[in-house]
Amino acid sequence: MSALLEVSGLQVAFGELRAVRGVSLTVGKGQTLAVVGESGSGKSITSLAVMGLLPAQARVVEGEISLDGVNLLDLAPEELRRLRGEELAMIFQDPLSALNPSLTVGYQIAEVFRRRRGASRAVATGRAVEAMAEVGIPDAAERAKAYPHEFSGGMRQRVMIAMALALEPRLLIADEPTTALDVTVQAQILRLLRERQRAGLAMIIISHDLGVVARTAQSVVVMYAGQAVESGTVAEVYGTPAHPYTLGLMAASPSARTGRRGIRPIDGNPPDLTALPSGCAFHPRCPFARERCRTETPALRPLPSGRTSACHFAEEVLAHDRAAGA
Amino acid sequence: MTEQPVLELVDLVAGYRTRRGVFGRRGLIRAVDGVNLTVGAGETVCLVGESGCGKSTVARSVVNLLAPVSGEVRFAGRSLASMDRRELRAMRREVQLVFQDPYASLNPRMTVRELITEAWRIHPGIVARERWDAEVAELLERVGLNPAHAARHPHQFSGGQRQRICIARALSVRPRLIVCDEAVSALDVSIQAQILALLGKLRDELGVAYLFITHDLGVVRHFADRVAVMHLGTVVETGATEQIYSSPAHPYTQALLSAAPSVDDWRDRGGEEIVLRGDVPSPARPPAGCRFHTRCWRAEQRCDTEVPALEERGVGHPVACHYASVATGLDGLGIADPAR
Repeated sequence: MSALLEVSGLQVAFGELRAVRGVSLTVGKGQTLAVVGESGSGKSITSLAVMGLLPAQARVVEGEISLDGVNLLDLAPEELRRLRGEELAMIFQDPLSALNPSLTVGYQIAEVFRRRRGASRAVATGRAVEAMAEVGIPDAAERAKAYPHEFSGGMRQRVMIAMALALEPRLLIADEPTTALDVTVQAQILRLLRERQRAGLAMIIISHDLGVVARTAQSVVVMYAGQAVESGTVAEVYGTPAHPYTLGLMAASPSARTGRRGIRPIDGNPPDLTALPSGCAFHPRCPFARERCRTETPALRPLPSGRTSACHFAEEVLAHDRAAGA
Repeated sequence: MTEQPVLELVDLVAGYRTRRGVFGRRGLIRAVDGVNLTVGAGETVCLVGESGCGKSTVARSVVNLLAPVSGEVRFAGRSLASMDRRELRAMRREVQLVFQDPYASLNPRMTVRELITEAWRIHPGIVARERWDAEVAELLERVGLNPAHAARHPHQFSGGQRQRICIARALSVRPRLIVCDEAVSALDVSIQAQILALLGKLRDELGVAYLFITHDLGVVRHFADRVAVMHLGTVVETGATEQIYSSPAHPYTQALLSAAPSVDDWRDRGGEEIVLRGDVPSPARPPAGCRFHTRCWRAEQRCDTEVPALEERGVGHPVACHYASVATGLDGLGIADPAR
């Protein structure tokens, strides 16, 4: 199998606190994988670990992150720095805080070409303008001379995408790329990302928005309390969830597409990572929970057709889907 | 007998003063420019739109935090402008506001009990002092919090629980209308659904009306009786929720609905959504004529100059477009030029 990125058994700790407690995921070449979960689920920390950009107080306790067979965790910092930009790139929710407010946008994009490609100032500026035009910024030559605050939120996110894709990386990690944007501007950015997907770019989309994921990804990993609890193709996971948490998320999401059906909340609150429930972290909120769930932590296990679920009663959850669908 | 609406907005114009340049003339950003809206007793009306459309300015005008430039806000048939101080004070009891950020809207030094009883101190006569503890417990129970936690401070609660405290606080004065300004937008999906269920329960049990302001089109469809779609300070389309969603007639509504990602979208990924060109124009300098014409794929010459009125145009509900036509099933819609 030709996986581009493979993360296995990843655990990340902040001191005593385990923010990521076992995540495995695979991104095929040119494929898009989504990581969904609510706040505190560990989805952003997972992506920062892949980028080698974890905050100083965090460390990878266990696991492997391999890009094309090379374990990124074994690389020296300067080797990793070279990979960032060339092979891996990342965009964030808030482009304003990722841009330097005192330098023009064109200068900041050109800097990538000057530092990484040794391009002259004139050549680098020309390539920056091309990169801006490519992500749909009108009057790119003019706009390159403007400062970040002179751009709208959507245009700033385009700038970030231009910068991230400048060196033609093979994998783009997009962490909530459209969460801060209005619906109509979000549609523009998602279309731009889809164009890049068609051109062969592999992506990891980190999102809390099940709709954004449904529109952009082929496969999905659902995270809860630092763990991957389910993975599979979007059609499998959305159509017939194999973990009660996924089932709950689907039922709790109001859809603009279907007429009024009752949305059902998930009872209780997300767990406190410093005091996780015993056994399965989801059991206090789970309608399928039994005694076993209180004592025995379920492992992520394969189900037929290559999907996985970390529920002792995954088969029962699937049977429930089928009954509900009939 | 038709019941008196709780809230009526009549040609409401509201906004913010600006100064252009150092010696510049005073300008006025008309963030809300001629809005008519009614909320009946016990009814839920959603105002939906993108940032800068004026929906929060409407909220501020309704609770009298912002005086209208012109037009009227009427509460139970009476204009706020005609009320004296005492009447305004009484009115404030009947309209409550719940904000997006439950972290910013609760005083961190106060206990939950103090937060809830604060209004009873200000409006004596709602609850007799000897009933306070019992009422606090009842309110907490009603919003799904443990009454034993009344002595806790806000930081000891999660985001969803804090929003429940805000709701309990709003309910403490027994309002007839609660204005929710993006009240569930900052919450995780599972918690958002809990709060929506709570608001729905309160509507059924207490008959409270909601003016619900949000950008989330999924939430609107599941919560509203009626919808008003706002764009750059004006209502462009309004009607019963299911009618707007099943047969939107304004191109902006169609674009919004088509662009809103939805959990069901995995079923049908063949179709492309309508992608509007460019950015939302600044409310400080709205385009002439129809304010949507710069981004509209159906715009004709007439739209550049002539402002379309919000009126019934044979589509079954009021819509402000010269070329309003119903789109049933958003799959059949034309696709605008991609945004480049």
